[in-house]
Amino acid sequence: MAVLVYADNSGGSVPNSALEAVYYASKVAAEKGTETIAVVIGALDNAILESLGNYGADKVLHYSDDKLSDFDSQSYTRVVSDAINSTGANVIIFSHNYASKSIGPRLSAKLQAGMAVAVMGLPKIDGDSLTIRRTVYAGKAFADVTISSAIKIIAVTPNAFSPEVTDKKAAVEPASVDLTDSDFGMKITDTNKVTDKVSLTEATVVISGGRGLKDASNWDMLEEMADMLGAATACSKPVADMGWRPHSEHVGQTGITVRPNLYFAIGISGAIQHLAGVNGSKIIVAINTDSEAPIFKAADYGIIGDAFEVVPRLNTAIKNLNG
Amino acid sequence: MNVLICIAKVPDTTTKITFTENNTQFNTDRVQWVINPLDEFALTRAIEIKEALGGTITVMNVGLADTEPLIRKAFAIGADEGIRINAEPTDCFFVASQIAHYAKEGNYDYIFAGRETTDYEGAQVGGIVAEFMGIPFIAGVPKFDYDGTTATMEREIEGGKEVITVNPPFLASIQEGVTEPRIPSMRGIMSARTKPLTVVEPVEAGSFVGVNSYELPPAKGDCKYVDAENSEELINLLHNEAKVI
Ligand SMILES: Cc1cc2nc3c(=O)[nH]c(=O)nc-3n(C[C@H](O)[C@H](O)[C@H](O)COP(=O)(O)OP(=O)(O)OC[C@H]3O[C@@H](n4cnc5c(N)ncnc54)[C@H](O)[C@@H]3O)c2cc1C
Repeated sequence: MAVLVYADNSGGSVPNSALEAVYYASKVAAEKGTETIAVVIGALDNAILESLGNYGADKVLHYSDDKLSDFDSQSYTRVVSDAINSTGANVIIFSHNYASKSIGPRLSAKLQAGMAVAVMGLPKIDGDSLTIRRTVYAGKAFADVTISSAIKIIAVTPNAFSPEVTDKKAAVEPASVDLTDSDFGMKITDTNKVTDKVSLTEATVVISGGRGLKDASNWDMLEEMADMLGAATACSKPVADMGWRPHSEHVGQTGITVRPNLYFAIGISGAIQHLAGVNGSKIIVAINTDSEAPIFKAADYGIIGDAFEVVPRLNTAIKNLNG
Repeated sequence: MNVLICIAKVPDTTTKITFTENNTQFNTDRVQWVINPLDEFALTRAIEIKEALGGTITVMNVGLADTEPLIRKAFAIGADEGIRINAEPTDCFFVASQIAHYAKEGNYDYIFAGRETTDYEGAQVGGIVAEFMGIPFIAGVPKFDYDGTTATMEREIEGGKEVITVNPPFLASIQEGVTEPRIPSMRGIMSARTKPLTVVEPVEAGSFVGVNSYELPPAKGDCKYVDAENSEELINLLHNEAKVI
């Protein structure tokens, strides 16, 4: 029975996290000796759909009904469950993101399917059950969990897998489902997309600032660093609470969990709730005036110093490096 | 206006995470238990709206008797009634099946859950309840308003946000940003003792995801310090040694 993967459509492109999910799905399919089928919703160039084959998809089911232009958990769940029915898939893969949190649980209820999220490793398949490694306690621990339902849903952590790319092309099949008014429950009245910014959960480099930066205007130097490194910006909770930065940038136990290759903590003390959301990062750099700040215990590289002197010097060095 | 808030019991966020019984059980020794912070944000926002529009706020928890102090804490913050479904929460599907069963009886205008709990982080309970009830579900809401007829809220999508309107009944899972938690007043604490807490028995439901064992991540190596006077060297190390830029 096939492995189905939901590939996000981010306004006409497929984000890296979704490509990672496709690649992951193809690994699971190989283990099961079956095919990988991607589901994509909304307008997208045929060439992009075919290129999902590069990441391991054999087939792409493309649902492009105009009614699906707005993301509604009810209509999108109808579509994915239609794809499950038509393909007989019994493992469904998502990237662990907004879509998986909206569609995954609804599918779980509809199909009596167990769901594992924040998944970090490939599954061990043993008969009808599947065992998989995920993070729990905001990255403070791993858990090996077994999903025992007939249909299984897996949401994969972004940045946890690097796809091997081939030149295979996927077969693209247009698909549709009859949607009625009862499949829609909400109205989207405004969309505000910051398309020129790197998405925080997908970013490989994150530049994060804390209360030590003293004022919203001081983020200019962090933005400059982020621009040069193709990085996303982030912040600690009090910074978002004070309105210096939007809440969507707040990382930590009650905010977003990130696992970039490189995390810069600038003027951040390193409270346990903050570390919870960032300790999956490969390299952590701390810049802090206080040599006793707990962030240095979590850091790989540290500078004990004033951010207002250190960051401009780093920016100059990055400029030189970039040539 | 009738509102239901799903609340979970989690270890305080400062808890040192360790395991026992050959790494198969979470070590609860000396753990301080709290209402899941995102659930508390949801509860507090519902109370603010109730203060403007009137109504009744019910909190619901799937747990054994040891969760009752947290239900009383929710009363002290401002919830009016509580329902405890007397069962050990095993996985998201089981918990959500219980909540959906009893929520159907309640005629709630809207239901809040936290986006996820800070321990198991399943991020599923709200969505499963919504599907069982056949109502709209909005995941991850950092801003919420309700005028008595229509709710207007923001939700975060990859790389941006959307403003959404939806009419009751619906379920929203709440995240940081909706409001700040409140410290219960003396009056709230006094009245918490006498507010009605109903205990009901669980219904038959499946449980599909089980933890076999836990593992702590390997300890971090030492921090390598670069002198502030020589900050440029850090970029060199990140480029040539760590190879991350
Ligand atoms: C239930 C709960 C949940 C929480 N969830 C989160 C969460 O998700 N995320 C989160 O971040 N926090 C969270 N917190 C808050 C957390 O406990 C800390 O209060 C918070 O992380 C501290 O933020 P900060 O490091 O920016 O500020 P501070 O702790 O005030 O640290 C500021 C740092 O800046 C340094 N500094 C000052 N001036 C300079 C300078 N010129 N140059 C360089 N360094 C300087 C100081 O030495 C200090 O270390 C939570 C708390 C609770 C109770």
